[in-house]
Amino acid sequence: MFVTDMKVNLLGTTLDNPIIPASGTFGFGYEFASWYDINILGSISCKGTTLEARYGNPLPRIAECPAGLINAIGLQNPGVEKVISEELVKLKEVYKKPVIANVGGHSTDEYVKTVSAFNDVDNVFAVELNISCPNVKGGGMAFGTDYKTASELVKKIKEKATKPIIVKLSPNVTDVTEIALAVQDAGADAVSLINTLVGMRFNLRTGKPIISVGKGGYSGPGVYPVALRMVYEVSKALNIPVIGMGGISKSEDVIEMMTAGATAVMVGSANLINPFACKEIIDRLPYVMEKYRINKLEDIIGRAH
Amino acid sequence: MIKEKVRIVSNNRLSDGVYELVLDGASKVDCGQFIELTIPGFYLNRPFSVADYENGKLTVLYKILGEGTLAMTGLKEGTYLDMINGLGNGFLVDRAEKPLLVGGGIGIAPLYYLAKELVKRGKTPTIVLGYRTKNEVFYLKEFEKLGVTMVATDDGTLGLKGNVLTVIKASEIDFDYYYACGPMVMLNALKEYSTKGEISLEARMGCGFGACMGCSIMTTSGTKRVCKEGPVFDAGEVI
Repeated sequence: MFVTDMKVNLLGTTLDNPIIPASGTFGFGYEFASWYDINILGSISCKGTTLEARYGNPLPRIAECPAGLINAIGLQNPGVEKVISEELVKLKEVYKKPVIANVGGHSTDEYVKTVSAFNDVDNVFAVELNISCPNVKGGGMAFGTDYKTASELVKKIKEKATKPIIVKLSPNVTDVTEIALAVQDAGADAVSLINTLVGMRFNLRTGKPIISVGKGGYSGPGVYPVALRMVYEVSKALNIPVIGMGGISKSEDVIEMMTAGATAVMVGSANLINPFACKEIIDRLPYVMEKYRINKLEDIIGRAH
Repeated sequence: MIKEKVRIVSNNRLSDGVYELVLDGASKVDCGQFIELTIPGFYLNRPFSVADYENGKLTVLYKILGEGTLAMTGLKEGTYLDMINGLGNGFLVDRAEKPLLVGGGIGIAPLYYLAKELVKRGKTPTIVLGYRTKNEVFYLKEFEKLGVTMVATDDGTLGLKGNVLTVIKASEIDFDYYYACGPMVMLNALKEYSTKGEISLEARMGCGFGACMGCSIMTTSGTKRVCKEGPVFDAGEVI
């Protein structure tokens, strides 16, 4: 019998498998628990959280594309206090493993306060820093497209945060490794990439953008090769773990992303077209590992380097 | 919510731009809930209201509005489609004693299943349907079998010239609770007339099951998702 081991170690936490639903595509997880046992997931990256509650952008927030979609949700969330006292409590009832909190913001001060709020939350094992959201004005991506700004922010956060920090990187830059190296030097414990690519669609009847705020973030299988390339480059340049994401839709994609250098992967858009996407990827992963004669998934991390 | 494969029994044109798709092998769905279909060649699933359900046969009415619905007109009988069934919350069928059903355009679709359910419960609905023009009219004969049915068209080619409100005001309909689905302009006008009822909303959705927050609206009790807490809302609740 072919023996497969899907376990990976991420920031000192052992994940049963490397599959993590990406932030913003899985809510706070508990709603998926009525459809299948979500405890099969490696971990969960929770919905992006800000200091205060945010309604987000006006509708329409979604535009379909070939091989994906554009979204401009605008970080709709109930604010960090409610996320900790209500959402994460509900999640803990149905999900017994540690999760990743995801934090967005408009100012350094807001980021520091929100990240620190998770310091004593026991079911959170790391905080993912969203400095690459294209859908919030005067913040978000602005922090992640300049290496000095990104570096300063990470330093300030590391002074106050007790949980490991995963910095989520934007692909909307000239050289993603430059930013990745800067945040590594600033003390980041891991990076995750790629966030969405800034895109637009237009309504042919009105001649206006489909998305209410004009631009949005493009994701889905269309960005997958770009994600692979960036994960490959960044993981080669860095010595901290890289979490790969961008268009992952099937078990083979997980193996390819880890081959490129990812320690774990996040699945995003696929959850939106199939609520069972993560389950199906996990269920089939051992068979695909067997097909490619992979006994231990950890062994293939960065094997392309 | 359940993911299932359904077989196309028929896919026929009903009127100008409006089609009827009958699917077999579907699980039971409540009236007012919606389904999503995966259309080959398109990334996102398409949400549709349920126009009828009986013994595994589920009927969807759709209007050609974009590339996806245009492609749907070419779907052949016997083809299998992936479907997500039982999405959202349906109509509160027991709320009305003297129900009024108000539909505009393709929003008429979910009211047919509702009308049948009301009749099953011994209630006779009054039905007001609004179309753009006579050539767009669909399901009128079917509705007429279930209750007194009145029609308005924008251009006056059938029924009263005007909209559903023109008919409601002109006819002094005796009702205690309404169920409505149609364009937002129609629903807003109806809400101004009376809030004693519920409205089924349409939205451009990402996922259709509450994950992406793509269809959040503001209500008197905070943000709600059209796909998850809706698509049917109390008329007075929607801001």
